[in-house]
Amino acid sequence: MTDERWQAVFANYANSSFVELVRGTSPHLLPTLGSGSPEEPALPAAPHGTTVLAVRYRDGVLMAGDRQATEGFQVAHRRIEKIYKADDLSGIGIAGAAGPSMEMARLFQTELEHYEKVEGENLSLEGKANRLAQMIRMNLPAALQGLVVVPIFAGFDEKTGGGRIFKYDITGGRYEETEYFAQGSGGKDARDTLKKRYRKDMTKEQALSVALEAMLDAAEEDIGTGGPDLLRGIFPTVKTITRSGFGEVPDDEVRTACEALLAARKGQV
Amino acid sequence: MPLPYYVSPEQMMKDKAEYARKGISRGKSIVALEYRDGVLLVAENPSTLLHKISEIYDRIAFAGVGKYNEFENLRVAGVRHADLKGYSYSRGDVTGKALANAYSQALGNIFTQDIKPFEVEVLVVEVADTNGAKNEIFRILYDGTIEDERNYAAMGGQADEIRRFLKDNYREGLSLEEALQLGVRALMVTQNKQLTEHDLEVAVLDRTKERRKFRRIPPEALRPLLEGSK
Repeated sequence: MTDERWQAVFANYANSSFVELVRGTSPHLLPTLGSGSPEEPALPAAPHGTTVLAVRYRDGVLMAGDRQATEGFQVAHRRIEKIYKADDLSGIGIAGAAGPSMEMARLFQTELEHYEKVEGENLSLEGKANRLAQMIRMNLPAALQGLVVVPIFAGFDEKTGGGRIFKYDITGGRYEETEYFAQGSGGKDARDTLKKRYRKDMTKEQALSVALEAMLDAAEEDIGTGGPDLLRGIFPTVKTITRSGFGEVPDDEVRTACEALLAARKGQV
Repeated sequence: MPLPYYVSPEQMMKDKAEYARKGISRGKSIVALEYRDGVLLVAENPSTLLHKISEIYDRIAFAGVGKYNEFENLRVAGVRHADLKGYSYSRGDVTGKALANAYSQALGNIFTQDIKPFEVEVLVVEVADTNGAKNEIFRILYDGTIEDERNYAAMGGQADEIRRFLKDNYREGLSLEEALQLGVRALMVTQNKQLTEHDLEVAVLDRTKERRKFRRIPPEALRPLLEGSK
């Protein structure tokens, strides 16, 4: 009896996990929707449509995402944010059903911060990527009913001294990409552009230009992806993750780069 | 059938309190000082791995003296409380007052119901925003007694003498450097030993920082601050 009591301390390795804590104390806070049984009708349509991408460059990783959410054939939102800071050295780009995706991003942020505070040190990038895979797996029942969440996770790995990119499938399968990846309804089109334009060891300016070109192409081909909105001044969000942390590329810089790309195309099409 | 021993409740509480106080007085001390940009926490702690001061949430820090395993348990419980609350409501709704109350309840329950009381004292510190609100410092004792302190707080081995020293020497609007030097002098009041950066654990809640205000000051960065205006 007393043995069991002290041994529980060792068995409970999930002590520093926020998700396990919520599961144990207040499971109603966890985003679990639907049972996944085929008899149950599919959940009503929720905002969808995305292109998010991550590109490796000299100092780390650059992530970009469009700003539009769609609901069927309607624009649901024009200024939605799809790239979130997960912690100082990593970011998450959400693709899939907007509600569950944003909730997962928030839960993941809390998970990382909670671990850091309880343990007194950061999870490794590998550990963070695996943790996110487990959270996506938790969402499988809802995914089977149409509420898919398939984020991109990217970060700076202090051990390897460079950026790393992870993609996921709906079952929580985790795959590492060595150069770039794009996810979402316009992901395929963005990947086509990235494939042609990606170079090893790019500077930040080059990476920004390549990423924005991919975003422009995705917006042209995919109705779910929003292009640069010159009227309202809405441009894709771009973040960088380097040794010195998670940073935002200012709107002005993105606007200038976008305009340069558009100007280069003028008269060519 | 053996008769259970009778001990009067009064005697039992007295014994428990004496036991807890003895445990705490063996430990080293911690001081908290309000300074211009926030609150400074200074602990005498030669270990760089086992912390006495830590972050709970965006604006809230924790410090504990006494038995390590006991205040470590309390610390983790606090992080859980804060993260759960922040996740289910919003980050701004996590307050030091609620957390201090929870600690007070927990320690009070343990003191009255368990055979052995916790031999700890904890501080919950919340730094105010830049909007002119006041910092909050709560000190919670082994029996659940809770006090809110102004300007400075001390706990641990020779807390009474340290408090007396701070009462005479503290003034408002200290810079970080001045506050640190005052804090270290306060910790040395009861001993002849000179404390260097290697004997200290120092952290601040710095209100000029974004979102997470807690910041540790590592020994390398301490030395210039300690030597500053000597």
